[in-house]
Amino acid sequence: MADTFFQPLTRREAIQRILAAIAVVPLLDATTLGQDSTPPGIGWDPNLLSKEIPWPRLLNDQEKQTVAAIADLIIPADEHGPAASAVGVPDFVDEWVSAPYEASRSDLARLRRALPVLDEAAIGLAGRGFADSPAEVQQQLMDVMANPGGNEILHRLFSDLRRLVAGGYYTTPAGWTAIGYSGNRALAAFPPPSADVRRHLGLD
Amino acid sequence: MAFVTTSRTRSQRYDAVVVGSGAAGGMSAYALALAGAKVLMIEAGRNYDAVAEVPMFQSFADAPLRGVSTPEKPGGFFHANIGGWVLPGEPYQVQRRPDQQWTEGAVDNRMTTTQNFMWWRARMLGGRTNHWGRVSLRMGPQDFKSRSHDGLGFDWPISYDDVASYYDRVDKLIGLFGSVEGIENLPDSDHFQPPPPPRAYEEILQRAGPRVGLRVIPSRLAVLTRPLNGRAACFYATPCSRGCSIRATFQSPTVLIPPALASGNLDILTDAMVREVTLDAQGRANGVHFIDKHTGAEEHVNARTVILGASACETARILLNSRSVRHPQGLGNGSGHLGRWLTDSTGSSMSGRIPAMENLPPTNDDGVSIMHTFAPWTPERQREAARAGVPRGYYMAWGGGRTMPGMGTASQILPLTGNAYGRRLKEEMRRYYGSFIGISARGEMIPNERSFCELDPIRRDRWGIPVLRFHFERGEEEHRQVAHMQRSFAELIEAAGGIPDHQPITDGSRAVTAGGSVNHEIGVTRMSAREEEGVTDSWGRLWDCPNVAVADGGVFTSHPWKNPTLTILALAWRTCDRLMEDARRQDLNTPA
Repeated sequence: MADTFFQPLTRREAIQRILAAIAVVPLLDATTLGQDSTPPGIGWDPNLLSKEIPWPRLLNDQEKQTVAAIADLIIPADEHGPAASAVGVPDFVDEWVSAPYEASRSDLARLRRALPVLDEAAIGLAGRGFADSPAEVQQQLMDVMANPGGNEILHRLFSDLRRLVAGGYYTTPAGWTAIGYSGNRALAAFPPPSADVRRHLGLD
Repeated sequence: MAFVTTSRTRSQRYDAVVVGSGAAGGMSAYALALAGAKVLMIEAGRNYDAVAEVPMFQSFADAPLRGVSTPEKPGGFFHANIGGWVLPGEPYQVQRRPDQQWTEGAVDNRMTTTQNFMWWRARMLGGRTNHWGRVSLRMGPQDFKSRSHDGLGFDWPISYDDVASYYDRVDKLIGLFGSVEGIENLPDSDHFQPPPPPRAYEEILQRAGPRVGLRVIPSRLAVLTRPLNGRAACFYATPCSRGCSIRATFQSPTVLIPPALASGNLDILTDAMVREVTLDAQGRANGVHFIDKHTGAEEHVNARTVILGASACETARILLNSRSVRHPQGLGNGSGHLGRWLTDSTGSSMSGRIPAMENLPPTNDDGVSIMHTFAPWTPERQREAARAGVPRGYYMAWGGGRTMPGMGTASQILPLTGNAYGRRLKEEMRRYYGSFIGISARGEMIPNERSFCELDPIRRDRWGIPVLRFHFERGEEEHRQVAHMQRSFAELIEAAGGIPDHQPITDGSRAVTAGGSVNHEIGVTRMSAREEEGVTDSWGRLWDCPNVAVADGGVFTSHPWKNPTLTILALAWRTCDRLMEDARRQDLNTPA
């Protein structure tokens, strides 16, 4: 186990040392991210019945694997629904950060700054990148990422991916079930609130 | 008659050419064609199949970027609009607030923009009726005579009684639901269909409203709750803003254009940009010049009457560009009023969450996708507001509950969840989902001298047509009104047991929507009792060229808190009836 190397230190101290040692990649301007020109966006008059993504996906395999691993830690499978990766959320994150719009470009720039930091931390702990690290190492690093008082770059990665993963997940029919949305079905009449709802709200 | 190309329009002489295909153009074509006139409708955008092109039931996962707003699709991917705040090759000029410099209007957020004005345009058959808000409120007697009532703004040259029978006809034709309430200056309809019941959060607001002086009543929306004229009733799913393939909401291409086409009297030319109205040697209009967008060629079509329903500012632009020796400042501008008195509804908003709605048992809040209830302005509210220096009113409307999750659903909930992830995050999402409400208001704007549009002295669009530039300022009355809205929002949210997301903004100028951003820009070709006071007579006919009529919101002399579409439909029908009568009398040059 790679973590024996850190035995004299507590796990928390080890993570802090690793993070402190990692050189931070400067936040790149989106125009330096290998794009020669602006790819097409959604267009002014797209076909609304067909989902066509006209821009190329920009994440490489390793980045996608890391995003998928984080996505499933943010939204794991439980009794209310499947994990994020089971409904295509990592691919949605790739679609999002690859899009030729300002918000997407800044999301991509921050993602590409943060993923190497995370992988270096994982290598320091487990001897391999985050996606290939044991579950307990991933869990420890997620706790670091979730801590707003910890590493700024990793916490921003956590916030960005939580927004994209939760957004991507709950917009799918599986996400509807998981959150409790029961609409989008044709009804002959619209019913008033049920007795259960009225009781919950004290409406009677 | 049917959809045509310019090879046909070159050889025709129509009884009427109608510019635009939305509420004004669609209603004009309907009224004229069914009355027997041979009509050409010209639409600047493309043909649009309002049944086959509609994304019903799609989840946001079926859209690129989960359907979020982009510069090309500012209402979101599924929004039934082609166009928006910017159109490629069709600029308009606005002033930047900080330095008053002229700049091109851009995609922007209505609450944070530094532009003095935003101009929403649709380029599709049916125009904005494909995605309008469906709010259908009659203007009342005071709205037509507001200056007589309190000394502010202007009186219309017509009264409610002149329009009432047209409201009745429109209600029967388009279908709307509502309830008879007997509220002063908010006329009821004899043709309301039954309203749907309130959703759970709307029941909470209905109970909370009276505690803070608000009367909460069923909405009045152009959505069928009963079948009408072969159209299906709403089945309470999929948002109206996507359009409606079962034709349960009013849209010009599903309600007005099909019967007009079926009459055999309507030709429709799409992708044609009208540049100006042309006159004969006697000074009567004889047709329009337009650009065929497929070929770029300039074309002309002959007509005995021209009806402009291009949207208020686009109509003003056509008239300003219709310059001649006889009309050097533009057609209809003999009085100097063309382009002036530009108004847009005031708007403001506040969100909140209602803890009692957390962990609500499963419930379907889709309904008609728009609020089932609202709080109209009442005489009691007016008396109270007058003490705060607020002369004119507004209504409050809302959204909330368990609507189809979009990207915003997670963004709204996540700040409440600490930094949870995993199973705990999923629990928190279930807990908070549907516990939010967003309240908005739409209010009256009093026309002022500082708000107008004019031709830009330099800039032209891709077809060489001079473009508009906008001057726009709200008045102090509007700023006080918006501060009043903010206080009312917080009072209502708190009375509902909720927590507002911000303290009421006391400086109304910081909480009011940007001019134009509510998409109710009207008044720039106003009607008047005397020729020197406006652009059109009381029938919408140009004072200085009466075989040209304005059918859109340009003719509004005041801008009450009611959304303008229903009144545009009623006035357009009234105008067309008058034009048919003129044609029968052959006295187009003699206004009544």
